[in-house]
Amino acid sequence: MRWLLLLLLALLTAPLRAEEVVLGLSQDQVSISTNFDGSEIIIYGAIKRETPIPESDPLQVIVTVSGPLVPVTVRRKDRRFGIWINVDAVDVDAAPSFYAVATSAPWDEIITNTEDLRHTVSIPRAIRSVGAPMGVDEPQAFTDAVIRIRSNNGLYALKEGAVELRESTLFNTSIRMPANLTEGDYATRIILTRGGEVVSVYETGIDVRKVGLERWLFNLSREQPLLYGLLSLTIAIAAGWGASAAFRLMRSG
Amino acid sequence: MMIYLPIAEVSVNAFLLLGLGGMVGVLSGMFGVGGGFLMTPLLFFIGIPPAVAVATEANQIVASSFSGVLAHLRRKTVDLKMGTVLLVGGLVGAALGVGVFNYLKSLGQVDLLVKLCYVVFLGIIGGMMFFESLNAIRNTRSGKPLARKKHNWVHGLPFKMRFRTSGLYISVIPPLIVGVLVGILAAIMGVGGGFIMVPAMIYILGMPTKVVVGTSLFQIIFVTAFTTLLHATTNYTVDMVLAVLLLVGGVIGAQFGAVLGARLKAEQLRILLAMMVLGVCGKLALDLLLQPTELFSIGTAGDH
Repeated sequence: MRWLLLLLLALLTAPLRAEEVVLGLSQDQVSISTNFDGSEIIIYGAIKRETPIPESDPLQVIVTVSGPLVPVTVRRKDRRFGIWINVDAVDVDAAPSFYAVATSAPWDEIITNTEDLRHTVSIPRAIRSVGAPMGVDEPQAFTDAVIRIRSNNGLYALKEGAVELRESTLFNTSIRMPANLTEGDYATRIILTRGGEVVSVYETGIDVRKVGLERWLFNLSREQPLLYGLLSLTIAIAAGWGASAAFRLMRSG
Repeated sequence: MMIYLPIAEVSVNAFLLLGLGGMVGVLSGMFGVGGGFLMTPLLFFIGIPPAVAVATEANQIVASSFSGVLAHLRRKTVDLKMGTVLLVGGLVGAALGVGVFNYLKSLGQVDLLVKLCYVVFLGIIGGMMFFESLNAIRNTRSGKPLARKKHNWVHGLPFKMRFRTSGLYISVIPPLIVGVLVGILAAIMGVGGGFIMVPAMIYILGMPTKVVVGTSLFQIIFVTAFTTLLHATTNYTVDMVLAVLLLVGGVIGAQFGAVLGARLKAEQLRILLAMMVLGVCGKLALDLLLQPTELFSIGTAGDH
């Protein structure tokens, strides 16, 4: 039904002209508080045109949300002396701590390989690895492992067809962020494609921050580690002593 | 109720943590042990990063031992002089332990080190306790008394010192060595080390049983406090929220445990504890021996 409408509209329209995104976010800030249990961000918007909808290939939308790029070390276990221990390590120069891609159509139909490479859209493209040290076999396996492990943790996700697109104009999708998020500026992109070619890219950011007590404790532990250590000892001793004193009172009273 | 731990950066169920604290608290109340050697592996099992589990557990032990030491000080069952000697060794050991810990962390082998230590020590202690209590049960049935050696190699060493509370005149070398070893274990395993120190004090140093627990608690508090500070300042891995939750559960659990423990026979208790220790040891050993489903792991860069 949607395709039929699209086709109809496409037939009625004039040649290709610039199409732009007008974007809305359900929230442009994610607060990690003490009871943070993940977050769902609704990304919605419209495509603004000065001219009628082009009649060529149908318009498609890709939404990507990327956490901060950080270098990681990937280790591989192997059997040594009868037990499984880490033997090889490969440094991956930059891997997003979180990466979600949502598309309005199956991946093969939405973007060409060249465009994917140019705009680093898909998950494997978002991970930058210069190369493994000599003597490590199958370096690709390490990058694959990053994708596999983070996909299992809900940190990386590719959702084909998760962007709902109405009449080539209105789109919306939701991105699920798990509880084990790290802080940072989450770059959000809306990419419009036609026939696999990128037509327009719109970029914005979602701010993910620890707030309140979480933020205070985390900052203190990094900036004043000695003070933090002393404080945690004091609090723990006070809590332990207080609880047992309360119990003694209860029993005697 | 899920709660986000600021340092571990994972979200866990607060009631699960309270429950774990409570359960280990019951055990520690029943058996009169710190429970660190059970709590730390349990934290691994629920997905707390080992480095955070070890450092946070050290913090929790300080707190849970504190009220114990106060009680022992009131009863004058702490040998402060012996405690201080053990403490000096302990601080040196803790510093060494954190050094080793950080070095292996840079090699990416810290999880292995911690788990191996656990398998080895839990295996030894659990096995020894198991057979000893079996023998004790057999002996009480046949009515044989337990013999204790009075003089051993410890009494031949130099630098002798008089420990009045313990009624000992021995060299300071063995207590220093015991202290160093326990300090290393405290730093690497996130335990108080009471399960090593108590037998060492009784069988190697020949201290009277009544001062053993108080003195070991006295030493443990300072060593684990020092370890906590070292971990907090070098690794930033002490999670205050985690520690407080475990502690509250632990203190409440310990009260129930003490009541429960009074109703059971000592040998039966020991066998129960031994089996539990061997169970945890077995689970950790299987993790090391069986092929893991995921061979790869992700660490922060610059760690190797």
